[in-house]
Amino acid sequence: MDEFFKPSRRSFLRGSAAVAAGTVAGGAAAQGTPDPLITDLQDWASYTGVGVDETPYGLPISFESDVVRRNVEWLTASPISSINFTPIHALDGTITPQGCAFERHHSGAIELTKEDYRLMINGLVDEPLVFTYADLERLPRENHVYFCECAANTGMEWAGAQLNGAQFTHGMIHNMEYTGVPLRTLLREAGLEAAGDLSDKWVYVEGADASSNGRSIPMEKALDDVLVAFKANGEALRMEHGYPVRLVVPGWEGNMWVKWLRRVQVTDMAVGSREETSKYTDVYEDGIARKWTWVMDAKSVITSPSPQMPITHGQGPLVISGLAWSGHGQITRVDVSRDGGITWETARLGKQGDTKALTRFYLDINWDGSPMLLQSRAIDETGYVQPTKDQLREKRGENAVYHNNCIQTWFVNEEGIAENVEVS
Amino acid sequence: MSKSLNLFVPAIGVTTLALGLAYGLSSRDYGAQTIETLETRVQQTEANVARAIADAQAAADEAARLQTERDQLEQLAAEAAMSGSNLTDPAPVIEGKYGLGRTALSEEIAAWDVDVLPDGRGLPVGQGDVFTGEEVFVDQCASCHGDFAEGVGNWPVLAGGFDTLANEDPVKTVGSYWPHLSTAWDYINRSMPFGAAGTLTPDETYAIVAYILYSNDLVDDDFVLSNENFTEVEMYNSDGFVVDDRPELEYAEWQAEPCMVNCKETVEITMRATFLDVTPEGGGDSVMNDATTSDSPVFSASASAEGSDDSAAVEETGGVDPALVAAGESAFRQCKSCHQVGENASNRTGPVLNGILGHTIGAVDGFRYSDVFQEANAAGEVWDAENLTAFLADPRGAMAGTKMSFRGVREEADIAALIAYLQSFDE
Repeated sequence: MDEFFKPSRRSFLRGSAAVAAGTVAGGAAAQGTPDPLITDLQDWASYTGVGVDETPYGLPISFESDVVRRNVEWLTASPISSINFTPIHALDGTITPQGCAFERHHSGAIELTKEDYRLMINGLVDEPLVFTYADLERLPRENHVYFCECAANTGMEWAGAQLNGAQFTHGMIHNMEYTGVPLRTLLREAGLEAAGDLSDKWVYVEGADASSNGRSIPMEKALDDVLVAFKANGEALRMEHGYPVRLVVPGWEGNMWVKWLRRVQVTDMAVGSREETSKYTDVYEDGIARKWTWVMDAKSVITSPSPQMPITHGQGPLVISGLAWSGHGQITRVDVSRDGGITWETARLGKQGDTKALTRFYLDINWDGSPMLLQSRAIDETGYVQPTKDQLREKRGENAVYHNNCIQTWFVNEEGIAENVEVS
Repeated sequence: MSKSLNLFVPAIGVTTLALGLAYGLSSRDYGAQTIETLETRVQQTEANVARAIADAQAAADEAARLQTERDQLEQLAAEAAMSGSNLTDPAPVIEGKYGLGRTALSEEIAAWDVDVLPDGRGLPVGQGDVFTGEEVFVDQCASCHGDFAEGVGNWPVLAGGFDTLANEDPVKTVGSYWPHLSTAWDYINRSMPFGAAGTLTPDETYAIVAYILYSNDLVDDDFVLSNENFTEVEMYNSDGFVVDDRPELEYAEWQAEPCMVNCKETVEITMRATFLDVTPEGGGDSVMNDATTSDSPVFSASASAEGSDDSAAVEETGGVDPALVAAGESAFRQCKSCHQVGENASNRTGPVLNGILGHTIGAVDGFRYSDVFQEANAAGEVWDAENLTAFLADPRGAMAGTKMSFRGVREEADIAALIAYLQSFDE
């Protein structure tokens, strides 16, 4: 029985096997043959299950072993300085479980205890301070849901359709509920009188790991919604997400969300660190690079059906589902096209009201089995409409790596197999 | 502040005034008539008062209803906020400080605050020459970056790449791309070597940076870099950056209400995924995709508008396999820049192709053919599946001297599809 339930992504990719399986499952009852799963006494309905002492901290059931972060070896030089991908194709709702939320390290994930944790606030402050983890827990804290998207998400797709799966094209993203202290609270503790006019000041934020990843953030943003977070989805941050403390920079590129945050320095200019000059800058067609491209523009993707989530049930009711987000605020509308952008239908938003957080959308259709070119198009509260790949290329060319928020197309054939394609 | 109180104030005012008036008038000693008149007036006034009270009550009820409605809306808004991103009321802003944290000591700040700014602030005293830099580099850096900073495998290339930034794959090195030298010093000092970060001395870092400059031909081999001359080094791409201009370039244009129906006439697949199975079950390299765009259907506005079961737009097919014709239509994109087919087709760079099969070679009216086509025409040769296949596969091989600069159709299946597609158009 286990074998029957075990999802096989591989057979999905091969196509016909998956379609056949779907037909069989629905067929037994349709032909009037009693379903043995109902008529026969099953082991699980007779024998006892596992006790409460079995798993002090639970993991997903083994049948879901396919829903994991995946690393694509050839993309980077070493897994220690690399990225993996959230299995967004297999998730629903909006919150990303920590255990499958993508990781990006520049020198690997480190083990740093709460006891060994120190946070220094220095630079143009009245009194440079050192906080312990326990200090942070004594300051007023807030809870917010925010998405964190790597600026390189979808970066592989600039030149053309490359990786076959929403996990790989759009999986450098996660969305968690963070608990943390506003950064402005810590800056006020150190005092900003010494900084004088704040309008041209910056904070330089730096991690405690060997990469010492650091980014400059304008003071205006630092005093706005930046959080010094120590919990995600209600529990401690995972090691790979910066335990015990990371920075949350809502709506801005993931590289700025410094993990293992150890220092915040008030400065009078951008530091020009490696990650804000040689990386995370965008070279346009003319060879001129854009710097300080922090905001993640409105974007969306259909997570199912998608290459890793083919239609296995044949014609009839079909739930088209996906995610939309914007670094500029709330998602106000998502349109879905089934014919590659000729006709659009407005999707149902699963949950409204979030700003700079993932929004789930659904379009519930009756699939007639004809091929589809599935696309989604997000619109945010500023009225910005997610562009097509051609629109982006017209403005920027194909040299860029980061900030590809183009409309994605999945080609779904008569069998329900989906593939990453580009369309005219 | 509740709306109901505001509404009450004028109503109570009217009542008090009326009662006061009645009392004042009745206490005076007038004649009976006067008293009667006054009594009538009192009665009228009392009636007015009663009406005013009733009006006030009605107004109060209305206010209470509005208040309830507002409370409900506020509660809904609060619930929406709770279920949204703002899960907590903002942290309080206090007058003074919480007094948490302790003063950072100067030794502690010196240990952690080592970043170097583009104007050189933060550089320690020290120096290093190119030759020493080469030694340290080969010893500490070359296993990943190569002896000449050319990069090993997927590791970063540090030298060269000049004038490639406008290419499709820009080579972004310290020399060709980095706008500030401080970035190199700062990064090497804090984050390199990979696996032993923070172990280089300032002099070693100066030497490595000097060697990287040398490997980019930005300095001579006798160059010595120090905190003194650091800011004099000119970076090749220091002017190559502009601040994010998406708001002007993009946001302004991309805020129009988007099209919902008949947004395009047709949609074709122009490219399919390069990697079909990105992370194969057995591990190893991603599995490439061998599918071609010619296998894909074409979507059209008419089919969509009719809500047709078959989204694939297939033109008149004349008994040929519709799927093959559709594939041919897609493959014909390779030809479209020079050739037209269909009802209103005209000669462009290449001749019209209507009814090409069975047609004499080089015989389209008004088209100036190359010599090889004129010879075929004179010999009375006719296009058939065989010679057309050969020509499409290798134009210059099949018809030496043809003006058609097309390199040939790569996929055999595409040729069959193209011919089927062309067959669907009569002359």
